[in-house]
Order: sequence, then structure tokens, then C-alpha cells
Amino acid sequence: MTDASSNDDQVLRVTDLRTYFPVRSRGLLSKTIGQVKAVDGVTLSVAPGETLGLVGESGCGKSTTGRTVLRLIAPTSGRIELDGDDITRMSAKQLVPLRRKAQMIFQDPYNALNPRHTVGTIIGAPFDVQSLNPAGGVRAAVQDLMERVGLNPEHYNRYPSEFSGGQRQRIGIARAVALRPKIIVCDEPVSALDVSIQAQIMNLLKDLQDDFGVSYLFVAHDLAVVRQIAHRVAVMYLGHIVELASREELYSRPLHPYTHALLSAVPLPDPRAQASREQIRLRGDLPSPINPPSGCVFHTRCFRAEERCTVEIPELREFSAGHTVACHFPMLEVIPGAVIEGPDSGLTPQPVPYIRPPSEVISDIAESGSLARAAGVDYVEGPDTPVPQ
Amino acid sequence: MTTAAQPFLSVDGLSVTFPTEDGRVQAVDGVSFSVERGKTLAIVGESGSGKSVTAQAIMGLLDRRLSVVTGHAWLAGRDIVAMSDDEVRHERGSSMAMIFQDPMSSLHPFYRIGAQLSEAVLVHQKVSKHAAREQALDMLNRVGIPDPKTRIDNYPHQLSGGMRQRVMIAMALINSPSLLIADEPTTALDVTVQAQILELIGTLQQEYDTAVVMITHDLGIVADIADNVAVMYGGRIVESGSVDEIFYHPQMPYTLGLLASVPRLDQVRAERLDPIPGNPPSPISLPPGCVFQPRCAYFDRVAGHACQTVRPELLDIGRGHRVRCHLDSGQRDQVASDVLAALAGGGV
Repeated sequence: MTDASSNDDQVLRVTDLRTYFPVRSRGLLSKTIGQVKAVDGVTLSVAPGETLGLVGESGCGKSTTGRTVLRLIAPTSGRIELDGDDITRMSAKQLVPLRRKAQMIFQDPYNALNPRHTVGTIIGAPFDVQSLNPAGGVRAAVQDLMERVGLNPEHYNRYPSEFSGGQRQRIGIARAVALRPKIIVCDEPVSALDVSIQAQIMNLLKDLQDDFGVSYLFVAHDLAVVRQIAHRVAVMYLGHIVELASREELYSRPLHPYTHALLSAVPLPDPRAQASREQIRLRGDLPSPINPPSGCVFHTRCFRAEERCTVEIPELREFSAGHTVACHFPMLEVIPGAVIEGPDSGLTPQPVPYIRPPSEVISDIAESGSLARAAGVDYVEGPDTPVPQ
Repeated sequence: MTTAAQPFLSVDGLSVTFPTEDGRVQAVDGVSFSVERGKTLAIVGESGSGKSVTAQAIMGLLDRRLSVVTGHAWLAGRDIVAMSDDEVRHERGSSMAMIFQDPMSSLHPFYRIGAQLSEAVLVHQKVSKHAAREQALDMLNRVGIPDPKTRIDNYPHQLSGGMRQRVMIAMALINSPSLLIADEPTTALDVTVQAQILELIGTLQQEYDTAVVMITHDLGIVADIADNVAVMYGGRIVESGSVDEIFYHPQMPYTLGLLASVPRLDQVRAERLDPIPGNPPSPISLPPGCVFQPRCAYFDRVAGHACQTVRPELLDIGRGHRVRCHLDSGQRDQVASDVLAALAGGGV
């Protein structure tokens, strides 16, 4: 099944992935009356040892994407290549050996572990499933793993209920890394944990990446967590990737209005910086993925939308090396070396609003006055409280 | 009865114990704080710190047969802890109200939201059903529900999470209470909706001159809306003061540890965060000395074994700033400047 033409240096390569869920009418003779387009044309790739953050609000399809690339949910169309093998249409039996290469860590460490199994059984299960006999036996291998993730190996025979939330997440991580997978899909792995424990788990994930060179597809809603852990970040909205860039690029020069709104909605743990920040407030809620808006899916909540956005679907276009955005009116300054002309660039770079990175804004917003005016943003609401001394 | 300068809510030595199979659990131990009208106090803490139990004790939501509440909670000069259940019920919804993390469990799934809002009015005000419905409609409009005339006849499940949270805020504020306690009101919401809800709470707070107690684990929310902050750990307040004091002059090793643990949106921290080691204590088996000692990196700087054996007092260090720590002021300043310097230097 190895596809020689594919680029083998990527651990995971997803092309135009679509996952639709049927909506059925009620009653005995139910018919399909619509589709929830949870994932609608997602293309991404993850390199060895890399962490790709996948962020967005609830219902944007980030978790469905994570589960579909592991074939836990059947894709509707598209192509998923795991370490060079096309796994899109493989049978469950064919997938078994490939499960060694890809694992998952779940959000809720309480529900992800069988309460009737001991920790030793849980972490050792991957060896059983794959009929593997590690040198020195399964027990020794499991105890090594427990030690590696910061659990006491003597607790081998304890049950999950005897552990705290952070320790349970360590159990889930030990199980995921047991077979030295090439990639782990982490679905909100720290969002159920307390702040101090969250930092411990993020450090552990980083250490494991340094040691084993594992890649992560890191699904999360918390943009600050993603900034701490990801090398590249993809922003999803209603089943689509709207922006994909390196961490440095995305947080310092976001191009999509939605990325801007998301970043400005997160309150900073710094009262003076927070008070002096102007914020873009999105109106309303996420539209239904059963009946997504025409054209650009974000146009109903976008503060820069024009008529073109309601009819024409924006393509993902590359604006600078590795920085792609799907928007007719991206918020770009003139980037030196930016790729402005594309195969079909209807884009004219004349009204170039310059949105300064948050760090810059924080330092000089106090004297420079309104960011909105400087940026040419049409709709900005800011706090009207004065900057505290 | 009260003027703006006097605290509207003044909690004094509040303690809550629950009898359990493992013995009496001291969930809250000697908590004291006060909030003025129009001001916001944020109570920050991790799970098991006692922050939610404190709120429930003030609201009279703890079953008196299952818990023992001692101390005082003065609401406009009257002690809620000493009130009978009926008296507390009368205050709840009229002079004080609470909003919760999960709006779905606070709204009745079988009743239209209009009926639930009107009931809140009818219980506390002598008005006609029609007038109550008018008030409900006005309140839905005020909390930013689009098309309130249609929405008033919706059931909770027909609304999105953000809209339900708005309905719950409408219900909490419909009798214009002077005290609003919000227990993690935006934790279940997306950031863009969270921003809308926090802004709404702020606007309504100004309009009604409400005293707000915001219970949260999110230091970003604290920085955004709080005037004063109380940091709770192991059932106690371990540090309190103005928002500027807590963020820019933190003194307690736990507060410093929290600030060092938070990933930042506006800066790239060092590749590794500097978390607090270990886990929060269980209220069933608290350490005998300082409750934070087992996770503290600095207890060996204190002479003798005070941190392991003696509970530290909440010490007033001036500027309204209180700290519960055995380190002396010179040591605390040293620890604080070391941690803050490491944080500032960690960024790239």
C-alpha cells in the first residue's frame, strides 16, 4: 500500500479530508435529510518530531479531524497517509499493525481508563493487542513507562480511582507512548486539569517528544496552551482550516479576522496589559454546520465581510513561507518577501491595514491611542476603563 | 443601610465542615473577605481549594443537616449564617443571586424560559403575571438575547450554550440583587462567547451597582475584571489584596507558582514551564503545618520546622495586602524577585 509518490518525510499527511455525519428524519422509515459537515476539506501534514496545534471553538470540527485521521471515525472523502501508507480505506484488520504508529490521548482522564483494570493492565494493553513481548517482559516495560511519565512503579497493581486527575492523565500518556508511536493525537489533553498540573503535563509531553521524537497533533481550544507547545498552528472554523502558520507567525501576525478575534478574546493574566488592550468582539454564535453559510463560512460573524465573501469561497493561499490563510480580505501588512500574487489572487494589496502584534500593542497602546484607528478595523469594541497607573 | 464605602458583603471567619466516612472534613477554614457595591472580588483557586463551598455557604445552599457552617457573612449588616432557611431563601434571588458554570443544570428543562424568569419575579415582587412577563422580556433584551419576543417562549434546549448562560444571568439579575456570586460562569463557554458574557456581567454590574464575587481558576479572567483578589488553597485564603498587588507584587510561594505555571498568549515562555510540583492536598488529610508546605520550594529557608508544624497566620503587610506564609518579609521579597525575574527572562 506504500505510495511512492507521496512525500515520505511527513508522519501524517491529510488531503482534502471530509467527514460528514448524516442527519436522519424521525420515525421507522427514516431518511437522510441532511448532513453535518463536521470536517469539510481539511489539508494538513505533520513532520517527524513536530507538534501541530489544531485550535478552534467547540463545533469547529477539530476533534472530529483528530479522530478521523486515526480512522476512529470513517472519513467521507479525502486521503489520510500515515507514515507513507494510505490508510483512508483500510479495513480494521489491515489497520492493526499501523496502530503501533499512531496513538491517542483523551481529554477526560476519568473516562478514558477502565475503572476495573489495574494500571499495569491498562498500560500493558498495547503489548497484548499487538502480541508483542518486550525484552524483560511486559511488567518491566510497563514499570519503566510508569517511571518515565512520573508515576511510582510500585503502584502497578492500583486502580485508576486511586489516582488524581493529573496522575490519570499520566497513565493515559504512558499507554499512548508504550509502543513508541510516530504520532499521538492529543485531544484537549490538559483542559480538564488544574493550572499547576496542566504545566506538569505539558512539560512531560515536551520531554517525551525530545526523547522519542514523537509527533503530536495537538487539538485544543486554549490558545495560550497551544502557543506553549506547538511548532505550527492551524485554526479551524466550521469544518475548515482558515489559517495555518508557524507559531511565531500566527501569534505575532495573524492574517485571518477570525484568528484575530480569537486571540483578542483571550484575557491576558496581566491586569495592565489587559486593560489597555482593545478587543474585537464577535457577535452571535457559531452557525449550524448542517446548513453552513454560503461563500466564506465566517462571513456571518466577520467584521470585514463584503459582498464577495457571501458568494465566493476563499481558497487557502500562501502569503509568506508556510503561512496560509483562507480569506478574501486578510489583515496583512506589506510583508517583505510576501507571496502576494497567486494562481488566482484576486487580491489587491492597497488597503493594507497593519495589525500590530499583541506584544507591541501592549507596550505602546497607552500613548498611541486607538488601535482600531491605526489598524483600520471596522468594528472594534474596547474596554472604556482608563489605563490604571 | 449601606453606603458605597462600606462593604456590602463582609465575610468573617467563615468555616465549613462536612462529616464523612473518613472523619470531619474541613472544607473551608476561617475565610474572611469583603466586597463593596460596584466592585469585583475574584476568588482564585484550584479544585478542592474550597472556593465553591465558600460561595455556597454564603448563598445558604449547603444542607444544614450535612454541613456545619460557622463564622459570619454579613449582608448589608445582617448575618446570613445566623438566618433561618426561610430568611435565607427570601434573600436569595432578591438581594443576592448566583450564577453557575453549567446553565443547563440550573434551568428547568420542561419549562419555557419566560415562565422560569417570570417565576423569579413573582416569588419576590407583588406584581401581576403580565407585569412579570414584561420584566422577563425586558431582561432578556438587556442581556442581549436576539429576538427576545420569540425566545421567551423557547425551552432551554433550544438555546445555545452562550444564550443559556445569558438567560441564567437574566434570571439572577431580574430582581436587581446587590450581590452577585458567579461560580466559574464562563468555563464551559468558548473564548469569543466568554468575552461577551464577561462584558455583559460588567455592564450590568455598573448599571445596578452590584457587588460581584467571581470564582474562577483562570488568571486571565481575574486580570480582566477583578478589583481585588483572594487566592485560596487547601480551604484557606493564602494571599489577598488588590489586583495590582497580587499580579505585580505577589508574595506567597503558591501565588508565584500559579503565575509561573500559566502559559501566556502574549509571550513565548521558556520551552518548559515551571510548574508547582505535586498535587493539591485533599481536604481529608491536610498537612499539619502550612497547607502548601509539601509543594513549597522555600520551606527550608524558615528556621526550625515551623512550616511543617505551625499553621501560619494571614499577615497584613500593608496596602491591603495579606499573606499567609512563614517566610519573613526579606525572604518573601527575595523569592518573589527571583521568580518574577525568571519569568521575565524566560521569554524569547
